[in-house]
Amino acid sequence: MTPRDHDLADESPAVAENEAVNRREFLSECLKACQLAAPVLLGVIRVPLLEAQESESGGYDPAEHLYGMGIDVSKCIGCGQCVAACKSENDVPLDSRHFNTWVERYVIGDNHVVDVDSPNGGMDGFPPVATEGGIRRAFFVPKLCNHCASAPCVQVCPVGATFTTDDGAILVDDEYCIGCRYCIQACPYGARWLHPEKHVAAKCTFCYHRLVQGLVPACVEVCPTGARVFGEVERRSTPLARFMRFNDIQVLKPHLNTKPKVYYANLDGEVR
Amino acid sequence: MQGFIYPNEFELYWGLLIVVYPYVTGLVAGAFILASLERVFNVKEVQPTYRLALLTALAFLLVAPLPLLAHLGHPFRSYEIFLTPNRQSAMAMFGFVYAWYLMVVLLLEIWFDYRKDLVLWYRNETGWRRWVHYALTLGATDLSEKSLRFDDRAGRWITIIGIPSAFLLHGYVGFIFGSVKANPWWSSVLMPVVFLFSAIVSGIALVLIIYMIASMLRWKPVDMRCADKLAAFLFYAMVVDVSLEMLDFIHRLYESEESIGILTQLIESRLFISLVVLQLALGALIPLTLLGLTSPALSKEPIFKVPDELRRLIYLASAILVQIGIFSIRWNVVMGGQLFSKSLRGLTVYRLELFGLEGLLMTMALLALPFVILWVLVKVLPPWPEAEAELPEPGAGADELPSATLP
Amino acid sequence: MARLPSLRGPKVPQQVPRLVAVFALAAIALIAARYFLVPASFGEKGHYRAAALDTIVAREKQYAGQQECALCHSAIMDARLAGNHQGVACESCHGPAAAHAANPVEAKPSVPREREFCPRCHAYNPARPTGFPQIDPVAHNPLAPCVSCHDPHQPEPPVTPESCSACHRQIVSQKAVSHHATLLCTTCHRAPDGHKTSPRTVRPGKPSDRNFCGSCHSADASSPQQIPRINLRTHNPRYVCWQCHYPHYPETS
Repeated sequence: MTPRDHDLADESPAVAENEAVNRREFLSECLKACQLAAPVLLGVIRVPLLEAQESESGGYDPAEHLYGMGIDVSKCIGCGQCVAACKSENDVPLDSRHFNTWVERYVIGDNHVVDVDSPNGGMDGFPPVATEGGIRRAFFVPKLCNHCASAPCVQVCPVGATFTTDDGAILVDDEYCIGCRYCIQACPYGARWLHPEKHVAAKCTFCYHRLVQGLVPACVEVCPTGARVFGEVERRSTPLARFMRFNDIQVLKPHLNTKPKVYYANLDGEVR
Repeated sequence: MQGFIYPNEFELYWGLLIVVYPYVTGLVAGAFILASLERVFNVKEVQPTYRLALLTALAFLLVAPLPLLAHLGHPFRSYEIFLTPNRQSAMAMFGFVYAWYLMVVLLLEIWFDYRKDLVLWYRNETGWRRWVHYALTLGATDLSEKSLRFDDRAGRWITIIGIPSAFLLHGYVGFIFGSVKANPWWSSVLMPVVFLFSAIVSGIALVLIIYMIASMLRWKPVDMRCADKLAAFLFYAMVVDVSLEMLDFIHRLYESEESIGILTQLIESRLFISLVVLQLALGALIPLTLLGLTSPALSKEPIFKVPDELRRLIYLASAILVQIGIFSIRWNVVMGGQLFSKSLRGLTVYRLELFGLEGLLMTMALLALPFVILWVLVKVLPPWPEAEAELPEPGAGADELPSATLP
Repeated sequence: MARLPSLRGPKVPQQVPRLVAVFALAAIALIAARYFLVPASFGEKGHYRAAALDTIVAREKQYAGQQECALCHSAIMDARLAGNHQGVACESCHGPAAAHAANPVEAKPSVPREREFCPRCHAYNPARPTGFPQIDPVAHNPLAPCVSCHDPHQPEPPVTPESCSACHRQIVSQKAVSHHATLLCTTCHRAPDGHKTSPRTVRPGKPSDRNFCGSCHSADASSPQQIPRINLRTHNPRYVCWQCHYPHYPETS
């Protein structure tokens, strides 16, 4: 096994930027230039990450943000703290079949057989690898709702009970959802589930209640290795922007054109 | 469970009731298309089943939304689909497609077709029957020749609108599944078309069964010209249906996308009985062979000349097998699409419960309910030829008219 | 039954106004239902109930965030930020502490001192990134609670030449948990003074041939007995050692 050298990756010039990201940035810049010249200026001098959330009027203005998450697969140690934190922060049932976020372990043997597991969503960590023969590659992949820019779940909701906020989070209206589960079927990532007591669709909210207070999502807060990076997709000087400049970025199931806003670095081709 | 599935996939989110829903709407669309054969395409042989087919379609259409309703997490919020439909959602259109089909197509066609009889029945009857029939005329009791001609013309036009509407109704159900790009088992442009033709197959087979059993219960002879013609249409529709399914199958196999591995596993293990045995062998090949060998309507010289009694039995058996097959198709679509993980790395299992809103008993009840409704409809609106009232001679007393005879 | 006179004269059949009335009633019912039943805030921001956002925003947080912790525990925070756990937030180990932040006396966060806790991150697992400090919990000082040797807020092993680790922290932390943990950087590398000021132009020295590793690992080397031995002549003679073995963490390759 060769060591992964993060220092080297960090020193390399920023050539890794994604084409799609460029385009999105360009389009949004045009839009902003047309509509909101003043807020853009304010946005540029704003302190990065979630430290300066208050808009001029004092309240939180979703139109000034667009959130995304970066995940560095090579930094995830599979401790499962994110899963546990998510469950407690968002009141997710503590059973083994409902998760807003979970961690998968991929073990690719010398025989090229791909073995994936996620016992209890990775919440209690992972048992030792039960292998016959050698391991070619092995790694952990945290998963969550991708908060897609063109989200199939929002498209299919018959009543408008799931929606995209101005700051890019996909949320569910508990009091309006009829519980038809079409959104669960439409999600390619298995990120949605039906709440066993509320009988409505449930999912990751990017911890929306924390974002408006200027806090990062609970999973990002507790991640001990910085494998999860949270922040603004559109602005230039933010941890997420840096993450996307210094890494080759991939998204999950790009062929479905859902335009995820969860960006993976060092993602293996076997991950689905 | 076998292989890896996403943790949120342990539960199958669409159960048996969602199998029943496309099955029932398919029967509606199929029965209606059969009825339109007589009206629009003037196939005189199937005339005895015209009104029966319309009432069958209505009975099943009234039940169609119930499995959906029972399956919802919040049934009492279902009205939201009419109030704030998401125009981008295929499912949001359900309310409108359903309302269009029920109000504009089926009820109107039945109304125009029955209006003359309703008025005459109302004039000759006493008691509750009289008032029910009067209410159903909506007060439009004009039986002038011009008025009756309007009924006929309107009915014909509605049938013409009705055929694309029936296609819409069931093609739309297919679209709900076929447009889910996240699911390789569902995502296919052929899905609406396959749904449509399987709907026609199931509708014809259902009317054939109901017609034969109703004749038996009423001690009336089965019109063999009608039965032969129905069987022939059933055969043709099945040929198209099976060809489309095979096209879909071969297309998937030839394209051999990322998902082919897990789908092959799915068919070989979880769906073997319901797809290979029930859907293909029992539900398609055997009825096709039986009908093809015996139906005199397919060719002047059928391979086997079979006496009427035996032929009736063969038709009935084939139609029942076809129903099993079509139900299996719905099962294989709805369940098949959920039995494999979207990670394409594993299979899960469906745990059928007996009781509860989405259980087996509920399903049986929902499948029996249309027959109860049909029984009531037949009582109120007898579809049999002998029940049709004759127009009174000018000046003749109403009492001398034949009243409706009921089974 | 008296026939209603048609409003538009005899040309419109009687059926038409009756049906129009029925459909008009249905339409009116739908419009009325829309008027009364659609939630007030629906459509304010998009095709959804804007009031739903208020409900979601009003959810209570469980995790306070480390900025909140620093308000009272700044000394511990400073110590942590100086060590290898600088990226590990307080609540990563101590659990959700919003209740503690709101009521410091009554609600206390957890303090995990048991030996089972640290291996959640630090037990050896082949899927963990190479270089991440991992131990075998069975063999690594069995029975001793981790905190008896490691300060969780500053967990690094004591021997770390600052002059090297300032830039090469990752290599240092890899080596620290490897079989080469006791070797000094200068055992293998020669670092001229200029390397500290001009790291790109003045490069440190590296071993150049197999014999360097052989001075400990060859069969006839006079090194301590437990060190693994090979026959330098027959052991893959076409390669230099570090083409297969990573010297800063040799047991992984």
